[in-house]
Amino acid sequence: MRGRLSGSTVGFLIAAALVLAIGWLEGTRPGGVSLPRLTAGLLTLDLLIRAGVFTIILVGLNLLMGYAGQVSLGQAAFYGLGAFFSAILTVKARNIGIPDVVAGAWWWAWVVMVVGAVIIGALSYLIGWAILRLRGHYLAMATLGLGIAVFIILRENLGLPRLNLTGGFDGVVGIPRLRIGAYLVWPVHRYFMLVWAVALSTIALGLNLVRSRIGRALRAIHGSELAAESLAVAAPRYKAQILAISAALAALAGSLYAHFQAAVVPATFGFVPSLQLVLMSAVGGMASIWGAPFGALAVLLLEELLRTKLAVIFPGVKGEFEAVAFGLLLVLVLLFWPRGLTGRTPGPLRRPAAAKG
Amino acid sequence: MLQTPARADQAAAPLLEVRRITKAFGGLVALQDVSFVIWPGQIKGLIGPNGAGKTTLFNLITGILPPLSGDIRYRGRSTIGLPQYQIAGLGIARTFQNVQIFAGMTVLENVLVGLHRHMRSGLLDAAIRSGRSRREEQAAHKRARALLEEFDLLDRADEPAESLPFGLQRVLEVARALATAPSLLLLDEPGAGLSGAEKGRLTDRIRKIRDDGVTVFLVEHDMELMMGLADEVAALDQTMLIAEGPPAAIQNDPAVIAAYLGEEERGDAS
Amino acid sequence: MRPALAGVRPAATAVAPGGQWRATSSRWLFAAVGVMVVALVLLGRRHGFGLVEYLQFLVDGLQAGAIYALVALGFVAVHRVTGVINFAQGAFVMLGPMVTITLLGQLGPLPLGLRLVLAGILASLLTAAVGMAVYRLALHPARNASLLTRIMITVGVYVVLQGAALLIWGPRAYVLPAFSTLQMVDRSFLVGDVLIKAQTLWIWGVTTLVVVLLALFFERTVLGKAMRACAADRLAARLVGVRVDTMATVAFALAAVLGAIAGIVFGPLTRPAFDMGLETGLKGFVAAVMGGLVSFQGAVLGALILGVLETLWAGVTLAGFKDLFAFVVLIVLLLIRPHGFAGSEQEAEGP
Repeated sequence: MRGRLSGSTVGFLIAAALVLAIGWLEGTRPGGVSLPRLTAGLLTLDLLIRAGVFTIILVGLNLLMGYAGQVSLGQAAFYGLGAFFSAILTVKARNIGIPDVVAGAWWWAWVVMVVGAVIIGALSYLIGWAILRLRGHYLAMATLGLGIAVFIILRENLGLPRLNLTGGFDGVVGIPRLRIGAYLVWPVHRYFMLVWAVALSTIALGLNLVRSRIGRALRAIHGSELAAESLAVAAPRYKAQILAISAALAALAGSLYAHFQAAVVPATFGFVPSLQLVLMSAVGGMASIWGAPFGALAVLLLEELLRTKLAVIFPGVKGEFEAVAFGLLLVLVLLFWPRGLTGRTPGPLRRPAAAKG
Repeated sequence: MLQTPARADQAAAPLLEVRRITKAFGGLVALQDVSFVIWPGQIKGLIGPNGAGKTTLFNLITGILPPLSGDIRYRGRSTIGLPQYQIAGLGIARTFQNVQIFAGMTVLENVLVGLHRHMRSGLLDAAIRSGRSRREEQAAHKRARALLEEFDLLDRADEPAESLPFGLQRVLEVARALATAPSLLLLDEPGAGLSGAEKGRLTDRIRKIRDDGVTVFLVEHDMELMMGLADEVAALDQTMLIAEGPPAAIQNDPAVIAAYLGEEERGDAS
Repeated sequence: MRPALAGVRPAATAVAPGGQWRATSSRWLFAAVGVMVVALVLLGRRHGFGLVEYLQFLVDGLQAGAIYALVALGFVAVHRVTGVINFAQGAFVMLGPMVTITLLGQLGPLPLGLRLVLAGILASLLTAAVGMAVYRLALHPARNASLLTRIMITVGVYVVLQGAALLIWGPRAYVLPAFSTLQMVDRSFLVGDVLIKAQTLWIWGVTTLVVVLLALFFERTVLGKAMRACAADRLAARLVGVRVDTMATVAFALAAVLGAIAGIVFGPLTRPAFDMGLETGLKGFVAAVMGGLVSFQGAVLGALILGVLETLWAGVTLAGFKDLFAFVVLIVLLLIRPHGFAGSEQEAEGP
């Protein structure tokens, strides 16, 4: 135990140092040197920020899938709900009757972010009790269905075209930047540090949870829900709790994404993005908290490579190859590399050890 | 059919009452009108040929399945309709016929899960690694190690549970169930697959468990093991209770002999 | 003498073990369907729908339902033999018409009608080959992985196939001529005041034929019976000499053909494009779930019900929300009675 603790602490120190270094580098650009120049255009702050946002989601997803063993093929729905919650309450506040003096205050966006995560978490807790009774592929289908249903509702302006809250296909634009008092969390290197501060805190939270009695209970539920319940572990409650946590984290990430892109469209939160999250989880190692940042970075880098280098090999192909490549990657990883980068046996992908019947 | 319990020091009230339990799966009847009582401090046994409904009875008592009709009362309180984890929280623990250890966790961690219900720290404590959660973890580790030592598993505490040989996995399950500090322990075929020497150790362990204050209810195919251990035995055959009483009486009961004669002729292991 | 119950274990159910064990009778399912019909009819009243409109909805709904039925049968076939939910099924639905359209132009100077028939047959065979390749290359190597891994692999396969379609055919929508007129515009009949397109009759005819042939196949042929054996008990099937992976390959080929046919007969009514498989595939899946993923009859029944209800819904709601219906049905179904119209004993869980 002691050895593992130090390992993580070292990991945190390295990560924090890297974040600060990159933040400083991009902020001051000494002698014209910048991250993209150092990495031949591969690493940009844009990519790193997206990696940070995904890391936050993935910590929650890994807890849910890798540790508790509950499949979610619709996690992007929570991500999207958080993003739109922030977008609507900061841009369309007037449409729903929030006074300008509140909506314009610097702290409003932060409050919205936290409240959004809490509400979405609470709702998921309630849904969790109902839906997490399902097992295996039934749960996968239910989460898939829910994810797509949420996407459709977002795309269709919540069915209230007059209020025009989600903006239909085109989404919401003009989302303001975050501010702390007079300090603007922009330009982008400042936002980068904010996102990764949150991401690293999330990782710490995840690690603490995993090593706690709660984490043990989750792993027990995953190992044998029957046996766990026979030891007075209230499985339905814990499953719902972990769903709520993963949903809240995804919503938080969504809000951070919204303030970064300054615009959100429903297409970002559909079926394929949910799969992308699963892929990142698998690549990084599903049953691992540190797998979250590694998985996010690895997949994003790979996609970036494909996008830039492929155009050189196949001129005129552009983004169409991405879909095929992404699908192939998913299949190949699942076939040959289910343990992912961190080498931990992935949650629901592990064959149940206790034989049935 | 109910006969006075063999042990003298029964408390005034039964620990577990099974009242007229009937269970069917679709059209297939598993248990019919079964009633019996378990007194505190007893070692009660349940015997019956394969398919008589023994594991089903366990599943009914622990809340995995609901009965078709009848009642089960633990300390006077009906457990019908309660979820499994709640019944376990009342003090009923069990082991499984097909061992259900937690794969992917160490031997120690398996036992620690058994201590789960005695710890209070929740999500918030876990998230911030509060003092309370740290203290609880330390105490839990101590207790878990003590339990492992009692069962001679301490030297394997940090090994993955699934790497244990089958016999030791069963022992681990018992240790884990005991970690919940139950009042009633249900053992489902604890002797299956054990060698003669291991069975002897098992018998001693079960006696010690009872002497420590835990009532034991066990299903076992090994007649010698059962008769040497139990204070009182209930016999099931073809979904019904056919006899109940002290081991000596059961062994000589004609209905029981008739039920088992077929098994002995087939040369079933015992 | 009572039959022996070998140490009865709790029945494998779709619901996690514990105090939530509850068998909802299929009566509730029919009741739910009835309630939905009533609700939709009431909503329709507000739009001023009369008998004619409802009959039209019925016709259109049964047409959509027939398509879903074909797709659903493909899901059931694969699931029964391998336990896997084959997400790539939707891609087969897309490949059928797209390949047909491409082949139409390649078959030389033959008359259009003949070309259409040939192209359809060839496209179905080609799709079957793709299906077999999918099993051999992506699923057979993963046969020892968990069920969930295999399901996610089929999801990946779907993405690959759709992406490949995008590369090959681009994002545009194509045209498949109607079977009766061999042109874009179809012939239609007026029965009373209800409009029935000729293509609808083709769809009904083809679906009925396929269902009958499928039933005969499973009942009468050795191969069919071998597949049923596989579905019932894999180990026992192996013991009597049935080669399970061959059966799985056949199941995939069968599912691919079913999907392709669905897409081909549906093609003239829509504008086939690279992404047409996703929606239809998912709806076919919902229909299959209504049959508990194991019952062919349940799947067909579920498909027809879904088609009709969805069409009723589309008539009373905003355009974009049409697709939501199937997913709401799916979620409600999973929560009430995951095994749909099938009996609970028929729950098939993969290895």
